[in-house]
Amino acid sequence: MAHDDLSGKDITAVSSAGVSHETAAPGTAVVPTETFENPGFPAHRPRVTDTDPKAEKKAERQVYTFFYLSIVGSIFAIASYMAFPIEDGDTGALRLHTMMLGLGIVLALFGLGLGAVHWSKSLMANQEGIDQRHAVRGSDETRARAVEIFKEANEESGFGRRTLVRNTLLGALVAFPLPAVVLFRGWGPQDENPVELLEHTMWEKGARLTLDPSGLPIKASDVTLGSAFHVIPEGLNESEHRLEEKAKASVLLMRLDPAKLKESPERAGWSYDGIVAYSKICTHVGCPVALYEQQTHHLLCPCHQSTFDVTEECKVIFGPAKRALPQLPIAVDGEGYLIAQSDFHEPVGPSFWERSSS
Amino acid sequence: MSTVTTPETAPAPAAAPTRPSAPRSTSSRFTEAAANYIDERTSISGVVKEFGRKIFPDHWSFMLGEVALYSFVVILLTGTFLTFFFQASMAEVVYNGSYVPLKGVEMSTAMSSTLNISFDVRGGLLIRQIHHWAALTFIAAIGIHMLRIYFTGAFRKPRELNWVIGFILFILALAEGFTGYSLPDDLLSGNGLRIIDGLIKGLPVVGTWISFLLFGGEFPGTDIVGRLYSLHILLLPAILAVMLALHLVFVVVHKHTQWSGPGQTKDNVVGSPILPMFAAKAGGFFFIVFGVIALMGTFFTINPIWNYGPYDPSPVSAGTQPDWYIGFADGALRLMPPGLEFELWNRTWSFNIIIPVLILTGFIVVVLVYPFIEAWITGDKREHHLLDRPRNAPTRTAIGVAGVLFYAALWGAASSDIIATHFQLSIEGVIHVNQALLILGPIIGYLVTKRVCLALQKKDREIALHGFESGRIVRLPGGEYIEVHQPVDEYERWKLIDYNDYQPLMIRPNARGQITAVQRFRAGLSRWFFEDRIAPVSPKELESGSGHH
Repeated sequence: MAHDDLSGKDITAVSSAGVSHETAAPGTAVVPTETFENPGFPAHRPRVTDTDPKAEKKAERQVYTFFYLSIVGSIFAIASYMAFPIEDGDTGALRLHTMMLGLGIVLALFGLGLGAVHWSKSLMANQEGIDQRHAVRGSDETRARAVEIFKEANEESGFGRRTLVRNTLLGALVAFPLPAVVLFRGWGPQDENPVELLEHTMWEKGARLTLDPSGLPIKASDVTLGSAFHVIPEGLNESEHRLEEKAKASVLLMRLDPAKLKESPERAGWSYDGIVAYSKICTHVGCPVALYEQQTHHLLCPCHQSTFDVTEECKVIFGPAKRALPQLPIAVDGEGYLIAQSDFHEPVGPSFWERSSS
Repeated sequence: MSTVTTPETAPAPAAAPTRPSAPRSTSSRFTEAAANYIDERTSISGVVKEFGRKIFPDHWSFMLGEVALYSFVVILLTGTFLTFFFQASMAEVVYNGSYVPLKGVEMSTAMSSTLNISFDVRGGLLIRQIHHWAALTFIAAIGIHMLRIYFTGAFRKPRELNWVIGFILFILALAEGFTGYSLPDDLLSGNGLRIIDGLIKGLPVVGTWISFLLFGGEFPGTDIVGRLYSLHILLLPAILAVMLALHLVFVVVHKHTQWSGPGQTKDNVVGSPILPMFAAKAGGFFFIVFGVIALMGTFFTINPIWNYGPYDPSPVSAGTQPDWYIGFADGALRLMPPGLEFELWNRTWSFNIIIPVLILTGFIVVVLVYPFIEAWITGDKREHHLLDRPRNAPTRTAIGVAGVLFYAALWGAASSDIIATHFQLSIEGVIHVNQALLILGPIIGYLVTKRVCLALQKKDREIALHGFESGRIVRLPGGEYIEVHQPVDEYERWKLIDYNDYQPLMIRPNARGQITAVQRFRAGLSRWFFEDRIAPVSPKELESGSGHH
């Protein structure tokens, strides 16, 4: 072993050829030349139970009382299980059942635990035991033998010598788990592309706006100034993929004073007489943006507090979200019911890698 | 190895002295025969000889890991019971159980079977609540146990790898917690999954497809509960159990650390033997931990899914919160400044998600590799079995406190809305304060902690040299007033003076006469760690110092 360049302290380690941890390099630790002597154990102090037979008897009584209590607890729990039925569906009965059963079990557990700990602390011999430590590393002899074994194995197999055998073996070992990785493609449906699915929702031209969750259509005249409705597309409740569609198609419908709405020219005609519809799915990570502050016309996401301003086409005014909530263009049909003019003009919900506005 | 043993040589030392005079009792003869039968088939006496009287040191802080271990056992016991009733299916059913407010509501089988466990299986609610409380205790105990290991330096050689295993256990515990929390398919946990879905989708390149595969199609799909269930009851517990076993094997191989003290040196372990003292104490403690968890399960409602209702992507309640142990991740999302999402090359770059994910990953990676960093800085290759008092490693302790405060700021942010509504503050204000705390908290915490540690070390030095201030003021004949100092005895002094002391690294040129950049970097870190140091009292100082007062 050469003097390496780590630190000057290594010299001591080399000279004593570290066998145990005592001689390992201390690094930048200060190893004092003169030290205090460890004073050794202070005199052992006997417990009351060691010196007073009465106290010992008392502790013994306490320990078995704990164990008796534990048995009582177990029996109490079994009795409670039978004595307090829950089948009539009354929540009070359920609470009582849970409490009595639980108390029995708790008593059984505490009796056992406290008894055992009390026994050990007051009655079992408490003379300090001492184990000697040894260095964790194997002895030099063991290590030498281990090296030798590897050498022998190498000799006998030719692992180091027959390099092509070794390398192809390693290659095969690397390759064999790969099919397992491919198998995980089956976690998702084979014939679907997530990007296409995320770009569309159930909304289409003429689809009625209906109430969430009842599915009843909404008349424009029912939407009074200042009110807000949770909306789903017509037919969603009967849809085969109800929750998947709902996770994209949920909409919030609000009616504001038309004078307060600042609408861009491209979106002219997307609202109806101050009634606007916006996606309810947060553009951050997809929570429902369900909290509408009627006075300020702000929508607040309860998950991460992204805040959207309805008067400004739901652009983000606070929080981690970046994009405005997508707007659903709406109109009114012949019977006065609110309908969608089309699907959303952009993907709704959380951002994803392939998403692009162009 | 002698395999030929006669019944006479089987271990029964207690019965031995009475043997010649009195006939042995039936029970002792039975014990002897049974022990012999087993040993002849398992060689178990060797295990008893090796480990029966193995010494475990005693200190309250060593019980934290035990709490984690025991709550894991409670989780296994109660969880097994729950599997007999829970059905991990997302098929829609109409609920028709005992809980009246939800009668007739469409929900998944998972939700409905969880309601049945709670309302129609006797003791089901109790076991479910014990399971959930045990899980919370498990994660909390692991966290506190890790802090104990960190602040006492128990991760140093030879225990660095066991720190890594423990860290993996912590991550597995978090994963177990999250997967279990999501199983009932209720509104709250469904929203949690929704957040995970959004988080994954925001990851560059792979996000959309990972989400698609994980949920078996579009969110929420009908696969996720079943998949999480496989993870929750099969894969994760299996890995966890193996890691846990390995963790404990290493505790045995290394022997437990101990505090420095009179008679307690780096070369011994002082404490109680496994049989009988440690076994009784630890066994009893298991039942106490179980008892406390059962008490919580009995009296404190946890995760009342019947109040939340089944998952539906549309409704949500104000004050939506994850279980507390996920809070730090949720808080990281909340603390992102606005506007961090861009479109570039026709792709969406969601830095409002990428940044928190990177920050959290960076944070836990630092925790993971810390032992190796410190070992590299000190260059100390010795084994360390004596624990450091936190004050005696001021920089490490200060870094630890900074880390705790960083975590705390993230964690607090996860409750930003609750804080705002409870204390009638604006949500924006709470977020901004938390953002400031995330950066300033660790810095201030670091500086204050380091000073406090150094001050405590100075105080220890004073006491070791001059004794306690007794509070007794004495007037000397000359009129001078002094306070009498009570000297400490040698046992007390030993605890104050026996600690590791490090100096900053001196840069030296290597064999080729060069000073490498790596060396400079290491020296810089070493200066940062050890520039401010209070050396332990030396015998010389004590001699020259005594009689000063």
